[in-house]
Amino acid sequence: MIFSSVVEWLADPANWTGTGGLLRRIAEHLRYTVVAVLGAAAFAVPLGLAVGHTGRGATVVVGAANAMRALPTLGVITLLSLQLGILEVGPVLLGLGILAVPPILAGAYAGVQSVDPAVVDAAAGVGMTSWQRLWRVEVPIAMPLLLGGLRGAVLQVVATATVAAYVGLGGLGRPLLDGLRVTDYPQVAGAAVVVAGLALLLDLGLAAVQRSLVPRGLRLASRTVGGAA
Amino acid sequence: MTRTWSRLVSALAIAALGVGLAGCGSDDDDPLTGGGTSAPASAGTIVVGSADFTENVLLAEIYAAALRGTGANVTIKPRVGTRETLVKGLQDKSLSVVPEYSGNLLAYLDKTATETAPDEVYDALKSKLPDGLTVLQQSSAEDSDVLVVTQQTAQQNNLTTVEDLGPKCGEFVLGAAGEWKQRWEAKIKELYGCTFKEIRTTDAGGPVTVEALKGGQVQVANLFTTASAVTENNFVQLKDTKRMYPAQNVVPFGRADALTDAARAVLDKVSAALNTQRLTELVARVEVDKENAADVAADFLREAGIG
Amino acid sequence: MIDDLIDYLGNPRNRETVRELLLVHARLSLVPLVLGLLAALPVGWAAHRFRVARALVLGASNVLYTVPSLALFVILPPVLGTKILDELNVVVALALYTAALLVRPVADALDALPAHVLAAATAVGYRPLRRFLTVELPLAVPVLAAGVRVASVSNISLVSVGALIGVGGLGQLFTEGFQSAYNPPIVVGIVFTLALALVVDLLLVAARRLLTPWLPRRGRGQRVRPLPAGVDVRGATGSAGGAA
Repeated sequence: MIFSSVVEWLADPANWTGTGGLLRRIAEHLRYTVVAVLGAAAFAVPLGLAVGHTGRGATVVVGAANAMRALPTLGVITLLSLQLGILEVGPVLLGLGILAVPPILAGAYAGVQSVDPAVVDAAAGVGMTSWQRLWRVEVPIAMPLLLGGLRGAVLQVVATATVAAYVGLGGLGRPLLDGLRVTDYPQVAGAAVVVAGLALLLDLGLAAVQRSLVPRGLRLASRTVGGAA
Repeated sequence: MTRTWSRLVSALAIAALGVGLAGCGSDDDDPLTGGGTSAPASAGTIVVGSADFTENVLLAEIYAAALRGTGANVTIKPRVGTRETLVKGLQDKSLSVVPEYSGNLLAYLDKTATETAPDEVYDALKSKLPDGLTVLQQSSAEDSDVLVVTQQTAQQNNLTTVEDLGPKCGEFVLGAAGEWKQRWEAKIKELYGCTFKEIRTTDAGGPVTVEALKGGQVQVANLFTTASAVTENNFVQLKDTKRMYPAQNVVPFGRADALTDAARAVLDKVSAALNTQRLTELVARVEVDKENAADVAADFLREAGIG
Repeated sequence: MIDDLIDYLGNPRNRETVRELLLVHARLSLVPLVLGLLAALPVGWAAHRFRVARALVLGASNVLYTVPSLALFVILPPVLGTKILDELNVVVALALYTAALLVRPVADALDALPAHVLAAATAVGYRPLRRFLTVELPLAVPVLAAGVRVASVSNISLVSVGALIGVGGLGQLFTEGFQSAYNPPIVVGIVFTLALALVVDLLLVAARRLLTPWLPRRGRGQRVRPLPAGVDVRGATGSAGGAA
């Protein structure tokens, strides 16, 4: 019975259009997610590749990334909002970015580390410079894990971006929290379904990207590529 | 084989230690402590709930401290949510009593209610109570919703009352808590001919609403009459001449079977000792001076000679 | 800022509140961890054993991730018939997330068991259940431990979201602090959340070492690894279904 009321709520066009409608909320939600993940990737991918490639600083960097996972996003966002300005988008983007860094860093680092040392050695033997080894050999082989980390980050951020509504911003957290306040369960469940749907769509998209970016040879050689994540 | 088992047992012991430390603490029901715990309520415990805005948390602390003075075992569940959640909590016996506001509670229980004066509202409220729930004596202390604008907006548009605002609503965005729309959108249109350009959810008279009004994201905001933000920021309160917001006297709302005679007596004393000015001062101590709500509650009770 | 912090912590009532919330938080994150693990064992075993089950189960857990935890907390009372403010809602929801997170590591760990070891155990006369409990599980511990560590961090973070429905452990400090525009409770909440996560992680590592004494400690052959590298990258490099 709650199932049918959720379907009803989702089917009602009034809920999708207008200034507070789902379409707008989805757009806001996507914006927070994409900006946060891209920002995190810009920081975490080079760092992860560097640490994996050179092998230096691993303990510190990896340790810090693991510690970051434990930061409660609600706490980070409320604190940053109070410090940097309520209703500013910065705190939310920063908080979500912090959430996204550990999985991306882990993926990049693990990816480079997963390269068979013999292969790296062979590349060196053939005369490749450090840079060439990184970009021509290690990164392509690291792709599955790197993209897997990215996918994991996107999933987490999409689900967590609902917190933005608590500090007064938009996104799909808005219908979720508003519905919660008046115990309008169809609205809460409907918003949750949309978040889940969005996450799945993004994940499918990234899976397609993963398939196209992973070198064919690797795909053929490995039995778990693509679906590894 | 035995080695495996002993290892397993040690590991489980460590895990149990961890979980046990956590679990132990919850049974530590020190009745002298303030602050919220989610310790399970045993029989005879009074559970005071509150909504998620500061004043209500303060009132809950006051009720709780007064009730403890009667020797009862009291726990507090602060910031539970809105009225809907609180009522559900009362009905399924998770909560015993909550601080409520006569007018809004009446409007919640009876959407067609038209009473606005304090005594009328209270009498109507008593007649609309769900089974098993009751209200005690109401206080003269009132905390009403109020629509406010910045000094600038008021001057530019000549606004002193909500009637002045009515025809101009279409130019303004309103910032209010998520439930405002459901509760008041139709009523404000009916009484004042007001249809806002947009009703944006900010929060329940909290920092988001204040910030939005100051920053201009919204031009009208719904705050509370006892909130310090109004005076701190020199906002202009628009007079509700047609009494859209009914009288909002503070009144304990709870389960008849959970409130002993001693409990009722002490809460009545609290209601008698509270007035709007006192309440506003107490709220300011928590909101502006950042004092602990339980400390402020204790001071109030001491000064009022209760418990 | 520091002055405010000292003022805040100087008040014994505040310290008491923090202590109580910390204990609630620990309870709400650890109990689901154990329950989720127990639930994941049979389900993961089924996924390992039956090809069809595997696809079904892994698909279902991936979908579960995407549900915002706040929605799950809220939907459970009508579904389970629990009271609206019952902590059980948070516990069940987090146990579901934990189970969803751990199903794949269980299945993968069981898949990775060397067949000759299992054959040897059977040859010596171990029945399936005994073999599972005394041979397969212990060998699966390293992979499982990595998953459990991720799940523990995830749970500890997700519990604070419960503050938005009035059951939040340390999360209550975040909502209180934000509502009052006051930093100290939020800072204290973050610090203690981190501390809790650290302590739990150390306990789990200790438990793992106890259960797998045949593995080398850090040193030769042990690379520094990010928590779940090599385990399910998607599910385990991230935590479960988000924070709201």
